[in-house]
Amino acid sequence: MKILIVGCGRLGWRLASDFSDKGHDLAVVDNNSRSFRRLPDPFPGRLVVGTGIDEDVLRSAGIQRADVFVAVTDDDNTNIMAGQIARDVYHVPRVVIRIYDPIRAEIYRSLGLTVICPTTIVAGLIEEQVFATEGESVRP
Amino acid sequence: MYIIVVGGGKVGYYLTKTLVTEGYEVFLIEKNPAKCHVYAERFGAVVMQGDGADASILQAAGAARADVVIAVTGDDEDNLVISQMAKVKFHVSRTIARVNNPKNEELFRRLGIDVTVSQTNVILSIIEQQIPERTFVHLLALRHADLAIVEAKVSRSSPVVSETVGSTHFPPDVNLTAIMRNGDLIIPTGQTVIRAGDEIIAVTKREREDELRHLLVD
Repeated sequence: MKILIVGCGRLGWRLASDFSDKGHDLAVVDNNSRSFRRLPDPFPGRLVVGTGIDEDVLRSAGIQRADVFVAVTDDDNTNIMAGQIARDVYHVPRVVIRIYDPIRAEIYRSLGLTVICPTTIVAGLIEEQVFATEGESVRP
Repeated sequence: MYIIVVGGGKVGYYLTKTLVTEGYEVFLIEKNPAKCHVYAERFGAVVMQGDGADASILQAAGAARADVVIAVTGDDEDNLVISQMAKVKFHVSRTIARVNNPKNEELFRRLGIDVTVSQTNVILSIIEQQIPERTFVHLLALRHADLAIVEAKVSRSSPVVSETVGSTHFPPDVNLTAIMRNGDLIIPTGQTVIRAGDEIIAVTKREREDELRHLLVD
């Protein structure tokens, strides 16, 4: 699959490595070229320096041919805008975005975007650990 | 009318100041606490510190009863989310977003923002009007009806030269509104004869612009 990832922080880097190991065709966009230093060198994919909400940048990363678009920058609003550009302008078949703010996550889910909200997920996992009774071992 | 302005930069500041002076009920949301402090001293209790893209802040600002939410931060992605939140979660009837990158005007419209303002495009349009050699200028786009007001200088080789307005076959959805000739304004009737060098001001559907340009200017 042709996968376009916007945001090469810890999560973006991890996703890029995983997808690349599985043999997918990758393009990664980040507005800071230093973010790419974590990736293996040479990297078997396209690296584009720029902002994921600029259509010229997205086009040079091959968005027109992308099967999957993932937006995982550290800014919710950037991910939201990038995801909508991917879905509504370029009709990328599968779009997944990260939104930290649970309320925003819910709203954009209701607008049909596939949203992963770490805050809600992690809160659930931590609560599980906090309320595990003695003798019950809960592996996170 | 209750107006919420999000973004206390220069645009937001002067917008709020003007609206308050004109007697509207206004509320300004700004992230920077120092700015909020200064503005509160100048405008009174119409400033709130917070992130306008955060639903709880919009709620506290009374977005549910706002008639208009205006997003004028310096970042397009923030203005987009603020406007969408206002519309989707708080059902604000009119959302206006500042667009810094002119290329995003079309995108914002497509995503449901009622009105977009791109300073760059506005200034570009004004500059184009100043350039004497420009023969076809897009003066103004009327967003809600997909119309545009254009100004075209009739070229010598155009088939409309020496024809009357009535007998000329203009493209459909075009309305000839005015003719500027040697500094005089002519409101055309069917009998008005078009001359080379006339500056025609027309209201046209956007999709007819190229046809009109081809007829008058090329």
